[in-house]
Amino acid sequence: MIRQIHEPSRIGVYVCHCGMNIAAKVDVEDVRAFARSLPNVVVAKTYKFMCSDPGQEMIRKDIQEHDLNRVVVASCSPLLHEHTFRRACAAAGMNPFHLQMANIREQVSWVTPDCALATRKARALIHAAVRRVADHYPLAKERVNVHPAILVVGGGIAGIHAALVLANAGKKVYLVEREPSIGGHMAQLDKTFPTLDCSACILTPRMSQIRTHPNITLWTYAEIEEVAGFAGNFKVKVRHKPRYVKEELCVGCGECVSACVFKEGRVRDEFNQGLSKRKPIYMPFPQATPNVAVIDPQSCLKIMRGKCAMKCVEACPRAAIDFEQREEHTDIEVGAIILATGYRTFDARKIPEYGYGRFPNVYTMLEVERLVNAAGPTGGDITLRDGARPQTVGIIHCVGSRDRRHHPYCSNVCCMASLKMAHLVKERTGAEVFNFYIDMRATFKGYEEFYDQVLREGVQFIRGRVAEVTDWAIRPAEKGKLVIRVEDTLVGVVRRIPVDMVVLATAMEPQEDAAAVQRKFNISCSQDGFFLERHPKLGPVSTFSDGIFLAGVCQGPKDIPASVAQAGAAAAEALCLVDKGFVEIEPNTAFIDEAACSGCRTCIPLCPFQAITRDAVKGVAVINQALCKGCGTCVAACPSGAAGQNMFTDAQIYDEIEGVLADV
Amino acid sequence: MSSNVTLPVAKEFEPRIVAFFCNWCTYTAGDLAGAARLAYAPNMRVIRLMCSGRVDPEFVLAALRQGADGVLIGGCHPGDCHYREGNYKCLRRFQLLCKFLRQMGVEEQRVRLEWIAASEGDKVQKIANEMTAQLKLLGPLRLQITPRVNGRPRAAECPPAPTKGVAP
Repeated sequence: MIRQIHEPSRIGVYVCHCGMNIAAKVDVEDVRAFARSLPNVVVAKTYKFMCSDPGQEMIRKDIQEHDLNRVVVASCSPLLHEHTFRRACAAAGMNPFHLQMANIREQVSWVTPDCALATRKARALIHAAVRRVADHYPLAKERVNVHPAILVVGGGIAGIHAALVLANAGKKVYLVEREPSIGGHMAQLDKTFPTLDCSACILTPRMSQIRTHPNITLWTYAEIEEVAGFAGNFKVKVRHKPRYVKEELCVGCGECVSACVFKEGRVRDEFNQGLSKRKPIYMPFPQATPNVAVIDPQSCLKIMRGKCAMKCVEACPRAAIDFEQREEHTDIEVGAIILATGYRTFDARKIPEYGYGRFPNVYTMLEVERLVNAAGPTGGDITLRDGARPQTVGIIHCVGSRDRRHHPYCSNVCCMASLKMAHLVKERTGAEVFNFYIDMRATFKGYEEFYDQVLREGVQFIRGRVAEVTDWAIRPAEKGKLVIRVEDTLVGVVRRIPVDMVVLATAMEPQEDAAAVQRKFNISCSQDGFFLERHPKLGPVSTFSDGIFLAGVCQGPKDIPASVAQAGAAAAEALCLVDKGFVEIEPNTAFIDEAACSGCRTCIPLCPFQAITRDAVKGVAVINQALCKGCGTCVAACPSGAAGQNMFTDAQIYDEIEGVLADV
Repeated sequence: MSSNVTLPVAKEFEPRIVAFFCNWCTYTAGDLAGAARLAYAPNMRVIRLMCSGRVDPEFVLAALRQGADGVLIGGCHPGDCHYREGNYKCLRRFQLLCKFLRQMGVEEQRVRLEWIAASEGDKVQKIANEMTAQLKLLGPLRLQITPRVNGRPRAAECPPAPTKGVAP
């Protein structure tokens, strides 16, 4: 290693045109000539696409022919192609860490309109890279074994699908769901567009597969408390909330629910969107998986006041009810994590002009899903709050989405969900249905055809964003009705449409605790609050934290087919990681120069991973290479300069500073 | 360090900004700004580090000493650090550094610490432009430099990287 440092640098510089992406703004020939003039640069070349096979081949050949020991590639971001060029260098027998990239695409050509200024900036970055690369020394990636189990967080359709794919591939899967049952939003839907499959009919077989699969450990009513470790070796603490019913004993007979001292339900039934009441002890829904009762501590008299006749305990034939249950924790080790934490729906009260919460007959889409459902609060009858059947129904699209006041993004599924709902309402009630839309987006297999079908069925479509829903009647026909005021943009007039029922197609938005989950798993969120994928096109299920993958709506609004497809992709990526059996760790760890260390202990409390200890005999700090993640905080703090960081040594950074500042 | 092509010389004072961006949030945001073609002033030159916690205050001083008119440090938002709390460590050092710089007579607009998330490409654009405009108003930084009195020697005179403790 030391021999190499003192070995004279022979640097090759490779400037990429990236088609016209770089070459249109940066005078690549000038930059090449400039690079060639720098000290220790033996060869400098340009090529149309350096990342292509011929480009890499050129670098490989040059390394051998010109006996290069350092390579600078000036092209796109190192986050994109560093590994490509490292591989090319390694193939020619050079240490892959003798490569440095200059980002002249994302940071120069794409953001600098002026060609001369872009060229100058590119020169400066290349100059810095050439200076820096001379300080590089050989490093090697360390291999760490991967734990073969996988954690899936969230038991909606995305989580269920990912878990089943992995379990069928023979992997051990932990599926953790915070609600008492898996199923997610899909379990609440009645039919699914565009084929009108019954949602429960296609979902429940999968739910029971989860329950019975020998490779799946299902933990419902549990949340992730803590995540530590890294790709291949995550240590996860799971918190099990007490359900006060022993899961292994309960068979879901429901005797306890009938026996509860509350004769009628008193508590808002979350599953039915508050359209019905449930008791403190309840089954989440008929097909709940696991089919186990749960006691809500917020309303159970025994838990709240300590006093109750406890009829449920008497009624349970299997003595499954246990008021002594306490919160428990389990620690698991997994190699990969799939986040499928889903979404919540936009709170329609935030748009007061639509009258949700003010007018009883303004519903959200999810509420009407429950009304349409045979297992729902009305047994599948679409009725108004007073029990009457609606004669006219207005469905308002884009409630909370495509709206600068709330969410600028399109929620993707509402057009199709509204079409489906229009079809169902018309089929069940014969009511006249109006759809108020901005643009109709039916862009997937069979969707446009479904739109045509709904059009043929005689559903009315009015193009325009609804201004308000009001009960202020100005014509006799409007008496006792809700009036939807809208500008019909195709006709160019403002219309008043009296209806009995208003359905709001509310936006999908990130879960309330998305930011907390994001922090827990150390990933990023995009500006809309959904989890950020590693690359919008080429890394749609990966995150910036290796080993953590995304599935379903937690990454952005999407429908069931897209969620399932993404879940499959996430499962495949996780499988790749786990089946490979090892991960290679970037050798950017910190180290201590024992001769310079005064043993002052400054670095020890700074390390977020407790990787630094003090060798009592030598009186110096020692960094555990397996625990160090390479942030470099200790290096910046070391008062005697004894701490260093591989790939980011002080000398390398000082050289880079000098390099970018030089007159070029 | 010259080539055959002569580049036009800028008439206006063009400040030089050295930026230290953390790999996970701000550098990614910089890439995003590029991918979204958000044009910004070409005065900022980015040096990638793994974490804003790696920013040794001496890097900032070295940059100013070697001709930077401003220094920008970019890290993850509080709570979002890839290494849990490197950005807090950076903030602590930054505050101390600011006091020191004030005593040296360096205007506070010249050295900035910004939290820029991976999704905030527009913020990279905004801050690069804002800082360039401010530094144009302030003019060049003229430090009286006595080399090797305080602080670390210049990089060129630095000894080779310490190598002990590294797995070869």
